[in-house]
Amino acid sequence: MDLHFGDSKPTDDERAAVDALLGPPDSSWEGAARDEMRAVDLRWARGGREARDRRDLLLPGLHAINDRVGWISEGALDYLCRRLTVPPAEAYGVATFYAMFSVKPRPATVLHVCTDLACAAAGAAELCAGVEARLGLGSGVSVERSPCLGLCERAPAALAIRAGDPVRTAVSAPASVEAAVLAASSPDSAPEEPPAVMAVPQAGDASLTLLGRVGVVDPSSLDDYRAHGGYTALRRAFALGPAGVIREVTDSGLLGRGGAAFPTGRKWQATASQPDHPHYLVCNADESEPGTFKDRVVMEGDPYALVEAMTIAAYATGAHQGYLYLRGEYPRALERMSRAIAQARARGLLGDDVLGQGYAFDIEIRRGAGAYICGEETALFNSIEGYRGEPRSKPPFPVEKGLFGKPTVENNVETLVNVLPILTMGAEAYAAVGTGRSTGPKLFCVSGSVARPGIYEVPFGATLGELLTLAGVREGLRAVLLGGAAGGFVRPDELDVPLTFEGTREAGTTLGSGVVMAFDDTVPLPRLLLRIAEFFRDESCGQCVPCRVGTVRQEEALSRIVERTGAAAADDIALLREVGRAMRDASICGLGQTAWNAVESAIDRLGAYE
Amino acid sequence: MTAIPLGVPRRLVGFTVDGQEARVPEGSTILDACRAAGKDVPTLCQGDTLTPKNACRVCVVEVEGARTLVPACSRKAEAGMEVRTDSERARHSRKVVLELLASSVDLSTTPKVAGWIKEYEAKPDRFGSDAARLDEEPKIDNELYVRDYDKCILCYKCVDACGDQWQNTFAISVAGRGFDARIAVEHDAPLTDSACVYCGNCIEVCPTGALSFKSEFDMRAAGTWDESAQEETTTVCAYCGVGCNLTLHVQDNEIVKVTSPHDNPVTHGNLCIKGRFGYQHVQNRD
Repeated sequence: MDLHFGDSKPTDDERAAVDALLGPPDSSWEGAARDEMRAVDLRWARGGREARDRRDLLLPGLHAINDRVGWISEGALDYLCRRLTVPPAEAYGVATFYAMFSVKPRPATVLHVCTDLACAAAGAAELCAGVEARLGLGSGVSVERSPCLGLCERAPAALAIRAGDPVRTAVSAPASVEAAVLAASSPDSAPEEPPAVMAVPQAGDASLTLLGRVGVVDPSSLDDYRAHGGYTALRRAFALGPAGVIREVTDSGLLGRGGAAFPTGRKWQATASQPDHPHYLVCNADESEPGTFKDRVVMEGDPYALVEAMTIAAYATGAHQGYLYLRGEYPRALERMSRAIAQARARGLLGDDVLGQGYAFDIEIRRGAGAYICGEETALFNSIEGYRGEPRSKPPFPVEKGLFGKPTVENNVETLVNVLPILTMGAEAYAAVGTGRSTGPKLFCVSGSVARPGIYEVPFGATLGELLTLAGVREGLRAVLLGGAAGGFVRPDELDVPLTFEGTREAGTTLGSGVVMAFDDTVPLPRLLLRIAEFFRDESCGQCVPCRVGTVRQEEALSRIVERTGAAAADDIALLREVGRAMRDASICGLGQTAWNAVESAIDRLGAYE
Repeated sequence: MTAIPLGVPRRLVGFTVDGQEARVPEGSTILDACRAAGKDVPTLCQGDTLTPKNACRVCVVEVEGARTLVPACSRKAEAGMEVRTDSERARHSRKVVLELLASSVDLSTTPKVAGWIKEYEAKPDRFGSDAARLDEEPKIDNELYVRDYDKCILCYKCVDACGDQWQNTFAISVAGRGFDARIAVEHDAPLTDSACVYCGNCIEVCPTGALSFKSEFDMRAAGTWDESAQEETTTVCAYCGVGCNLTLHVQDNEIVKVTSPHDNPVTHGNLCIKGRFGYQHVQNRD
């Protein structure tokens, strides 16, 4: 590869940020100053395959620059490319893919104000207008309207990120104009976020399985975790052996909780039996479905549980390296998980010899950078590998060719933490919870028009009505959105839908990632649908035509009929149906295939434009 | 005696296309099988010299049992598969894809597309006059070729040809996301500041005329471009010892464009700057 670099130079800050991640450059081949060139450098070129193998450090490198300076300049990007032997055009393509990066100068502080569904219903528009009026040009803060920040239980929400060394963040939720401005102008003095347990209204209930430790254990203490039953599941896993663990997980009937409900045991078995090595484990914590925040609460409240569960999954499938792909907008989860992984490593629970069993496993955290599509499993692989987060076409499936082209198990956070009770209770006892085809406990993210929004743990089979009663649903319920933007609406007279994978499917809707968002009759439905359409337009990766252009046409049609009903909307609804059908049939990945679901359900079930 | 490499013998897989039995060598795509059977499945992003990216989705067909339609260009034929190339469902998606493209991109120089729009009864106008379009101006920043991204359907062929599939120059990439995604060099700079080596292999694979010789672009602008008056002569490049084939497109005794046969076993349609653009001395009359 004969790379061409421009003449722009990085600033000292930018160079220091990259060097802090990659170490100082070895030679001027890798971007050291020319006058430091040694005689040996004149004879041998460095780089080549060895440097190209570090391509996966591109995304961390872009984060390093963005965290330090707030945006990515030409000089900084070129320097990072020299260090990693990445073509600058490709790196530019990657940097411009993510919403959290900017390749144009901007203030060091960015305030992300959530304007998504739950926040919109809680007054995000007024918050945004107020904040924008206070933080205009010259305030040193760039205000950006953001998709769901995963703080729906405390809507409306805002997240301030101030670049520097170190980067500082502050969350304001529920945010007032005053509080959001304070968070942006002095993130250090903003009030501390409430503890994760505040998002668990059932806290203290002894019957909780997945959330039992949230609020009970100190999330920073490994000892406390062990004192509350931590690491008994891993011990049992070592006693069972990899095949025994897979058998338990298969017998438990565990289905993936990320939205697709694929049997976890089958996925593990398929990966474990692949002859190609190494195998990888990837935990998908890129929780970006609007209305979803369960993984954040688990990671913030019980981080060691995820570390232990990842270790078990890796052990069962023969992986020695795990990646935790964590959403970029989750600073506290990042801090908690980083600490938990470091502690586990220091205590021999990760590393060359886990629990003295001669099994080697370690976890690396990779941060997302603002791209919903990276929650799609193959887009996530591309993102980790340092490419644009575009989905790959399947087959081949990840169990065969996943991360770095190797057999890979990818599981959602909630799926993984379910493995702990499966091993401690035994598959039979676990499978006794829930219904025959949807076993175990399930986390639901309840938000919107309820008195006690938050994460609820109920066994599969509880009805939507029971869950909403638990959360204290308010008067005047107009619609409930199940499964987030990619899910579907149901009517207030359909509250007897059992919350199971098969039950929702029979009712013609979906459980998705467990979003249950209640809307009362004060929220104009067409506005909500338009927001969903805007979300998909913004988040489409642009790879395939049905989704890239279809999501734009969908948004245009919905904005035309936002004030219309009946015959005046009929033509556009017909158009929406045709475009929606093509998106569902012909898009490459789940994003395009589901981009029309919520709108269709609102038209058909709720009669949104009648 | 010349040894002819026969390759590893490949098994045949049997499946049905539109109810007819088809047998193709293992590893063939559905598209290969359809073309072998004489069926026309429209394609845009598929290229005969490139790995399919299956981004345009105009070649989608219905496979019995599959939840979604599948791209014929890249899905391998499997034994027992039942493929329907012309079902209502497949035709609907093709129609909408053509409408979406034609309503956002200038397809005036895309071969065959007008015929497909007619065949599938696509009506790109129905999205209204205010439907978002790419709205790009041609980028004319060098003497050799023009990048008119208003005609770009983002098929990734130029990126793949410039990258690890052929040229290994990596001068271009897709930048941005969604509807705002565009083909760009680093920092969206002019081509002259980029890694481009002007081999023109991206022009060779461009299916829509978004990338074109400056000579072709200028003649089209002047209204003098006339393919029916052009003669194509395939010859051997005289610059070096590789001996690449050049196809000279000549109009009014002037070379107006140079391509290369895709079935050439050595170059597969690829050339370097000399073969592609170094023809002026032939017609310099001073």
